[in-house]
Amino acid sequence: MPNTLRVRPIAGAFARAKAEGRVALIPYVMAGYPDVETSEALAVALGEAGADVLEIGVPFSDPLADGATIQTASHHALEQGMTLTGALALAGRVSAQVATPLVLMTYYNPIFSYGIERFCEDASAAGVAGLIVPDLPPEEAAPLATAAEQRGIALNFLVTPTSPDERVEQVARVAKGSGGFVYCVSLSGVTGARAQLPEHLAAFVARVRARTDLPLAVGFGVARAEHVAEIGRIADGAVVASALLNAVDAAPPEKRVATTVAFLRELQSSTGQETPEDTAAQ
Amino acid sequence: MLHYTHETVISREASIFLMAKSLKAAQSATDAQKKTQGEEASTGTGTTYRHGSYPDARGRFGDFGGRFVPESLMAALDELDAAYANARQDAAFMAALAEQERVYTGRPTPLYFAERLSRRVGARVYLKREDLAHTGAHKINNALGQGLLAQRMGKRRILAETGAGQHGVATATVCAKLGMECIVYMGEEDIHRQSLNVFRMKLLGAEVRPVTAGSRTLKDAINEAMRDWVTNVATTYYLIGSAVGPHPYPVMVRDFQSVIGREARAQVLAEAGRLPDVVVACVGGGSNSIGMFYPFAGDESVRLVGVEAGGSGIASGKHSATLVAGRPGVLHGALSYLLQDADGQVIETHSISAGLDYPGVGPEHSYLRATGRATYVAADDEEALRAFRILSEEEGIIPALESSHAVAAVLAMGERGELAAEQVVVINLSGRGDKDINTVAKALDVTLE
Repeated sequence: MPNTLRVRPIAGAFARAKAEGRVALIPYVMAGYPDVETSEALAVALGEAGADVLEIGVPFSDPLADGATIQTASHHALEQGMTLTGALALAGRVSAQVATPLVLMTYYNPIFSYGIERFCEDASAAGVAGLIVPDLPPEEAAPLATAAEQRGIALNFLVTPTSPDERVEQVARVAKGSGGFVYCVSLSGVTGARAQLPEHLAAFVARVRARTDLPLAVGFGVARAEHVAEIGRIADGAVVASALLNAVDAAPPEKRVATTVAFLRELQSSTGQETPEDTAAQ
Repeated sequence: MLHYTHETVISREASIFLMAKSLKAAQSATDAQKKTQGEEASTGTGTTYRHGSYPDARGRFGDFGGRFVPESLMAALDELDAAYANARQDAAFMAALAEQERVYTGRPTPLYFAERLSRRVGARVYLKREDLAHTGAHKINNALGQGLLAQRMGKRRILAETGAGQHGVATATVCAKLGMECIVYMGEEDIHRQSLNVFRMKLLGAEVRPVTAGSRTLKDAINEAMRDWVTNVATTYYLIGSAVGPHPYPVMVRDFQSVIGREARAQVLAEAGRLPDVVVACVGGGSNSIGMFYPFAGDESVRLVGVEAGGSGIASGKHSATLVAGRPGVLHGALSYLLQDADGQVIETHSISAGLDYPGVGPEHSYLRATGRATYVAADDEEALRAFRILSEEEGIIPALESSHAVAAVLAMGERGELAAEQVVVINLSGRGDKDINTVAKALDVTLE
């Protein structure tokens, strides 16, 4: 694994999208789903097609923040032998091919088991720019946040519609200067594609916006071009996960990558800019 | 990290006991034990047990516990923490709980001197009869306490997870009594093993939702209950059934279950005239055992022994002996011992008793283990079945397979000659075995019509 790779700033990706007058798109790939090779090909293709940030999911045996789509993918990826070590290796191969900043999404126990310091060292070497750990609230995050910061990795916290103002302010304080983003969970619930974004999303995002200058990415339930357009009016980034996995599942094996890239392009058509190819990482 | 085998635990137990002939020797044994435990605690806890000082404000028992949950639940946990602290201070709430424990649950449950079992093991053995509590297990203590708390908080929709079905039955019972909606998540595998309890829950008006994810047992039922709670957090109360989960659940469940140990302590003082030498209870998530242990944990002379499910044997890898064979990890909102693979994935567990078939354990048990205040051993399926039969045939008490593990450990102590005639042993008989008849028949190759 190359250990001389520079960690790419997430903040830079958001700033570039903003300068171009569009919302940043953050597609998700589950490491090892539907198999290791395809997940790598998907990540590289999505990066080349102009994804602003790539989220790489690490499978876990007990994904309690996830709905059926990611649960199934996670279970399948584990059966294929995917591990945190395997996901880091995959991240290293992807970051060697595309410049898109990588964010690893993993539950806390695999990191805890791997060893926090060693994990941050290896993640940094693999070119990982950020982390999302859905079961690690700020109260419990100090050991990981500190180790990650030392390696230039941003721990991106989640806020939800149920987070009181004080908790949003706490996240803003802890995350300030991390170079990452705040993940606005659109609804109180688990991950999974939904037909509509929640009614109170704009008010929720505005509540977060009033408390932090960090970029805001909205995720959970984001599945359609019109969702991306709606998010573009209120936030800085849109995370698309389950809907993308559904696209992978719907395609015949030989067309998985092409179909998924086509889906990304469809979403990009609603980000507020016409030609995403121009901004694609080389 | 030292990974015990069953044998090493037993031999250490035995050697500690042999050394414990005089008070001075006992003290040095305890010190030695603490030293060993301290060295092996990878989270660096290895300190002396401090009774009554945990959990701290962060919900930590030493290094264990905490709140490792999705952000969506954090506000709900704060609300629950505040509501519980408020209820505990409210004499009227505590009096209402005590009254319902008396007239509805049938407390106090008896402490029974098991004469034939005593003769067999060579010590004075008492059984704390939680099997005689309403619904047939200790689970009602916690369900009643939390149910009354949910009512006080104005929550009308109650969620529960269940393994053996006893907590599901207890929760359905309390919801029927209090007029609340009850949804019970249960692994499909457990639904097959415990069909009788599934029917009981339905009779009590609960909706039983099968969980088909993962290993289809208790841990998956907890995942699904938490997903439901995340989704419906504004209207819903999650009534967790064991001393696990994010703070404040472990302390709340301990407090509601401590009625077992408080009663047992007073009863054994009255009947035997002194504190017991050993207190034994089975440990799955660890609610009956923490309820039994905690009121004795401040009495330094009382040995606390937790008995985990050894399944097909520790060496086989097919077991649920988290504290015996696991290492610290994070599952279901708490940092505690965990059965996991080298990659930090939670592994599938095995036990003949659905109620012990769980890869995690309550964080206070991890603290008791790390400080050496309690010791944890395993009894395998065969030993539990044998204990099940012995208690049935020689005391006329059909114990739950879970509780049979605790009995098995005491039988083993007796057979190894570790117990003396004047010693007093208290076993928490956490539940009755009616629910297990089909499982036992199958294990004994008996076909029921």
